[in-house]
Amino acid sequence: MKINKLFNSVNDVMSDVFDGAVIMLGGFGEAGSPVELIHGLIDTKCKDLTIVANNAGNGKIGLGALIGENQVKKVICSFARSPKSITFKELYENNKIELEVVPQGTLAERIRSAGAGIPGFYTQTSVGTPLAEGKEIKIFDGKEYVLEKSLKADFALIKAETSDRYGNLTYNKTARNFNPVMCMAANQTIVQVKRIEGEENTDPEKIITPGIFVNKVTVVSDPIIESIAIDNGETYP
Amino acid sequence: MNEFINIGWTKDEIAKKIANEFPHGSYVNLGIGMPELVSKFVDESKEIIYHSENGLLGMGPPANENELDFELINAGKKPVTILPGGSYCHHADSFSMIRGGHIDYCVLGAMEVSEGGDLANWTTGKGIPAVGGAMDLVVGAKNVFVMSQHTTKDGSPKFLKNCSLPLTGKSVVTRVYSNLAVLDVTPEGFKLKEMCEQIDFDLLQKVTEAKIISN
Repeated sequence: MKINKLFNSVNDVMSDVFDGAVIMLGGFGEAGSPVELIHGLIDTKCKDLTIVANNAGNGKIGLGALIGENQVKKVICSFARSPKSITFKELYENNKIELEVVPQGTLAERIRSAGAGIPGFYTQTSVGTPLAEGKEIKIFDGKEYVLEKSLKADFALIKAETSDRYGNLTYNKTARNFNPVMCMAANQTIVQVKRIEGEENTDPEKIITPGIFVNKVTVVSDPIIESIAIDNGETYP
Repeated sequence: MNEFINIGWTKDEIAKKIANEFPHGSYVNLGIGMPELVSKFVDESKEIIYHSENGLLGMGPPANENELDFELINAGKKPVTILPGGSYCHHADSFSMIRGGHIDYCVLGAMEVSEGGDLANWTTGKGIPAVGGAMDLVVGAKNVFVMSQHTTKDGSPKFLKNCSLPLTGKSVVTRVYSNLAVLDVTPEGFKLKEMCEQIDFDLLQKVTEAKIISN
């Protein structure tokens, strides 16, 4: 038997997703956003999802489309505002979607710590601001720190550059962003890659996410470029 | 109307003052908007490394048409370039650079700054609240510079005894650069470092709610 985490299609890798799931979406803006996997998630019709991502989607592509299909009950993100945001803005203004605002570094660390088995941590970020209200404050060396709890997910949808059959991943430039930490924090990590690396395995010195953090991989060789698609008026489904 | 918004230093002149402040070899994070101007004015005798919190250290100028790559963007989600010596990292590492105290300077815009160094710049309390990396930057960077017009568009003071808007951070601002003056935040309050030539101290104090220490 050989380990093989490679699957034939987006539909194959999305088969376990369920209603009410907490789902992390990699990406910062469009860079590293797993648009085709999100479209696969739309096709599952799963609803009442909690989405963890940096942003809340643009236009009616990717996360913007998922929110527009009313499949999301809550978004946990650092920056939900965007000139091209349509669907989140509309639902938020009508109180039809929940928003938890998290400072970007706290968001990254809550995800990383979940993946590292750390249930919470103290940080100076947000002390004295509305985002620290109701949270435990502790003093270390005369400075105030706020307790932040780690953040786990049922699924992480990830975009990477390459994988091998073991699920060892590499990324492209700033499309790396949240993807490696999200791979660590989910019960099931699902990845779209542009190509499969080599015959057997990736150069171990080049691997950014070791395959232990990855469950399912599928190839989307020519992924949508979100900003161009939105400018062209494309929508999903 | 606000008679003070168009006098004093231009945005480029403010940016140049800030750029002159960075020692050679500094690691610097520039906020989105007006602070981005600062990188245009760094003296070529110095090498400054720009950090963009989405996992880019060694950020170069905006990408031209031939360099356009939607997977090489800055924190403002605009295509940029990477300079020799640059590197990519994931978000937790990028924010460890910030929260771990490795960034020497960050430059941010402001809605309000208090004499105690409190900063409000992320929400007016209306619309969709969005914080991004601002709360991390203000507690993590060794020096937090605010770059802002001295008053709001309608002429109200921005530099106050106490902020009225929701805070981004408490006691975090090091120095304020406006079109009218450069003010240090000290334990005693705002202290004048430099003032534009078009006004006198009485006028500066008049458009600043908090008391300014003049020497």
